[in-house]
Parts: sequence; C-alpha cells; structure tokens
Amino acid sequence: MADARLARRDVGLRLRLAGGWLAVLAAVALLAPWIAPHDPLAQDLMLGRLPPFWLDGAEPGYWLGTDSLGRDVLSRMIWGARIALFVALVAGVLTCVIGATLGLVAGYFRGWPDMIVSRLVDIWMAFPPVLFSILLVAVIGPGLLAIILAIVVIDWTRFARVIRAEAMTQGAMDYVASARVAGRGRASTLWAEILPNVLPTIVVLLTLEMGIAVIVEAILSFVNLSISTDDPTWGGMIAEGRTSIHQAWWVLVFPLTALFLTVLAFSQLGEGLKDRFDPVLR
Amino acid sequence: MSFLELRNLSVRLKGSGVPLLRGVSLSVEAGQAHGLVGESGAGKSMIGKAVLGILPRAVEVTGGEILLDGTDLLTLPPAERRRRIGATAALIPQDPLTALNPSRRVGPQITDRLVDILGWTRAAAQARARDLLAEVQISEPDRVMRAYPHELSGGMRQRVLIASAFAAEPKLIVADEPTTALDVTVQKQILRLIAQMQARHGTALLFVTHDLGVVSKVCTSLSVLFAGKVVEETPVGDFFAGPRHPYSAALLAATPRHTAPERALIPVPEAVLAAVRAEVEGSRG
Repeated sequence: MADARLARRDVGLRLRLAGGWLAVLAAVALLAPWIAPHDPLAQDLMLGRLPPFWLDGAEPGYWLGTDSLGRDVLSRMIWGARIALFVALVAGVLTCVIGATLGLVAGYFRGWPDMIVSRLVDIWMAFPPVLFSILLVAVIGPGLLAIILAIVVIDWTRFARVIRAEAMTQGAMDYVASARVAGRGRASTLWAEILPNVLPTIVVLLTLEMGIAVIVEAILSFVNLSISTDDPTWGGMIAEGRTSIHQAWWVLVFPLTALFLTVLAFSQLGEGLKDRFDPVLR
Repeated sequence: MSFLELRNLSVRLKGSGVPLLRGVSLSVEAGQAHGLVGESGAGKSMIGKAVLGILPRAVEVTGGEILLDGTDLLTLPPAERRRRIGATAALIPQDPLTALNPSRRVGPQITDRLVDILGWTRAAAQARARDLLAEVQISEPDRVMRAYPHELSGGMRQRVLIASAFAAEPKLIVADEPTTALDVTVQKQILRLIAQMQARHGTALLFVTHDLGVVSKVCTSLSVLFAGKVVEETPVGDFFAGPRHPYSAALLAATPRHTAPERALIPVPEAVLAAVRAEVEGSRG
C-alpha cells in the first residue's frame, strides 16, 4: 500500500520535473528575441573565450562565457533551444502521424495493406540510418526542412512497427468482435475502438521521438549538415566547443548539458504520461 | 419456422484448405435455446462466428446457407449483412475481460448500438441501458455506466455484456461459452441470468459450450458437433435419455459424477474415427 503511494508520487514528481524543464525550455525558445542578452551571431574577437561568470576573467553580461569568436554562449543556447524544439515538435508529430497511421492500418486490416507496409519497413530498416540521413541532406541541401524530412523519412518505421503489433493485439480482442457484431464499420472500429487503446503507446513513442529528433538535429549539426554553420544550434556549438575543449570547456559543456537534460526530459515525460494515460494503472 | 437455420455450411482454412466445418446443418427455433456442444476444436465457436459474420480472416466459407429469419446472409452484400446482423443478432462473448473496451466507459459501450444502428436518442438509449443493468441485477446502474471495465469484477462485466447483448431486443443471441472464464459460483448465477433473460425477452439463443450440464439447464434442444460435423440434433430430453451417435454417447458418459465410482473414459469407437478421417481427407483439396 505504502509502496503504491510512493510509486504514485514518483510518477507525479517525474512528470513535474520533465514537464517543468520542457516548459522552461519552451518559454525560453518562444521569448528568445527578448531574453537573449546578446545577438547570438555577433562576433567580437576582443572578447573571445571569456569564461563563465564565476571564474576569473569573466566579463559582466556574458554569463556563460563566449566561444572562440566572441559569441555569447548563453544567447546562442537560447536561440539553439528554439531550433531544437521546433525540430522536435514538427519532426516528432509528422513522424508520429505517418508511422502510426500506417501501423494502425497494417495491423488492423492485415491483408495486402499489411504486406505493403511490412515489406516497406523491412526494406527501410536495411539502410543504415545515419548514412541515410546524411545522404538525404546532401541531396536536398542543408536546412531546417532537410533535417525534419530526414527524421520523418528514417523514423516512421519505429512507429509503424510498434503500432502495427499493438493494433494486431487489440484487433483480436473480443470487444472488437462485439463492436463488429453491433454493426460498426471497419474504419469506425479502428478509430473509435482500437485507437483509444493504442494511444498511450503512441504518446510514449511520440515523446521518445521528440528526444530522438533533438539528438538527430544535434548530430547533423555536429557534422555540419544542419543549417548554416553560423546559426546557433546545440549540435553546432558542441562541434565547435570540441575543437577548443582545453582552452574553453564551457563552449562544449553547457549546450551538451542542455541537450542531455532535454532528451532525458522527453523520455521521462513519455514514461510519466504512459502511467497517467493507462486506464488500468490509473 | 426456425429463426436461424444453417444448411450444409462448410468453412475451411484459407491456404492449407483444412476443413473446419463440413456441411453443418442445424436450426434454432424462434424464442428457443439451442445448445451446441462438442470438444474443443470441433468447430463450435466457428459456427457462432460464421452466423455473426466475424470469422477470422484466415477462414473462408466454402458453401452452404445461413438463413437468418429466412434470408441467406451469405448472399447479401457486406454492408447489408452487417446492418441486418446488427439489428437482429447479438453476441455474449466468452471472456468478459477482453470483451469490453478497456479505454471506454461502460455506458456508451451498451448504448452504441442503439444510437448508431437503431437511431435512438442518447437520452433514450441511456435510460434503456439503466433499465437493463437493473434487470441483470446490478445494484447501482448509474455508477456502473460511468465506470471503466477494469473497475468491475469478472461477474459484473459478464452481467454488463448480457445487458448489452439484450439492449437492442435482438431476435437471436449467440452465447460463446459465456461462463467458461468465470469461477464456479459466479457461473451458476450468470447461467440462471441468461436463462431468465432469454425466457423473458423471447430471444432465440444459440448456446455454444462444452458443458452438457449447462445445456441441460438452459437449452431445449441441442446439436452435437464432432470434427466439424453435426452428428446429432435432438431435443435435450431425448439426448439425455439415450444419445444416438457413438460420439454423443461417449461425450455423455465422460461427464464426471459424484455419485458413481470413478471409471475409465470411453473412447470414441475406432471405426467412427476412421470414417471421419477418411471424410476429412476426401473433402480436403
């Protein structure tokens, strides 16, 4: 009994922490033009590699120091949050909608739709994903759109596979048979009976996918395939910080921490929401 | 005139062509309860599913007729068949744990059919659901209607499913082993309830079970299914007085009795089995 209560409180705490961090991040991203202390692109070679505020030699106003070109790390991180969250949201939702729809249709209708989707997934998964995305960006040309497209094109299989299996399980349940006997059409059964039961899984996958999108964006930025190198992205900052890790560790460590916390927050949010959503666990 | 009549219904597995039902004929009179017994794998559930149009995808009907109220369901276009089954037949499923949608409240699951197929108003359908829940002896219908399935016990859920089956005043109910998943004490109540409801509403009942004791309590006639074929169709009284088919006799003799000493099971005569094997091989292909 006490254990159950404890577990319940943990769920609440986890949700609050993860949600809190993401809310702060979202607010920061939205308000970037007003709260960033400096222009994220402004270079000042006289102010290169300033340390963060608690170290000797810090310059007031540059809280988290500057990089080798004298750009403010905090401001770049704030603007980077904007790009990271935008990619997470758009790529995550698009991937989810496409993958989950295909998975639901394949898993419930079976037959030839299932054949097509399953074979497509098999073929897709034979491609090495990172290479695939690099190839894609190389073809489309770097840019935000290319990143989002790369994520959608690579990751829809993740949704399709899991949701297909789930829809198959649910489709075999007696309540689906009952609904069919009661005269519900196939599409309506899928929408009104099966989807609500698959939704918790979809939500968890979606939050995980958002975390993955943030990482993929960072990876592509790291290998310079994201938007232009000037633009403040966490991945780009990490790539740059890496080159001067011995002289200015803060250029690497701060964006890395933000990235880590964000991905962690997304996955924890998913776990927490699953527990909340599940009518049996609730 | 029978309300449900199967004539020579044959069903087989797609692909391998293994026959599951081999020319099944049986009839259920309007307002009467008909038992369908046989060992597992005999094809009992398959018949119920064929009647309700919910055969698994891997299975196909290869011949015969399913006459529901005089119309052959198999000749109707799918949409019309769906509508007709929805308006005249209902299912009491085997496992109450999976037969209610876990993510929806109980109330709408009962009223769906009334609103969607019969075009009732939501308020009227809800009032009807409340009455039915009271009729199946659920003491707080309003609370139950707002509950999610996992908040109810197995017996409660089966009551809800019975109420739901009777909601649209169907002419035929297929009960697919409705008590198998319940514990013994609850089984008895549920059986009595189904029998009462069936009698009160004058519904024809196709009662699929492997339990002859259950048939003797609920049904007036029965069909014995063996290896995808009806080997005997008879009034319940005659059956218990003296089964005609050797398989029926073996089935009846296999019923454990507290009063008699333990004895070995009587196998189905080898000659009967050999004949069935030859038939199955012959119809395959």
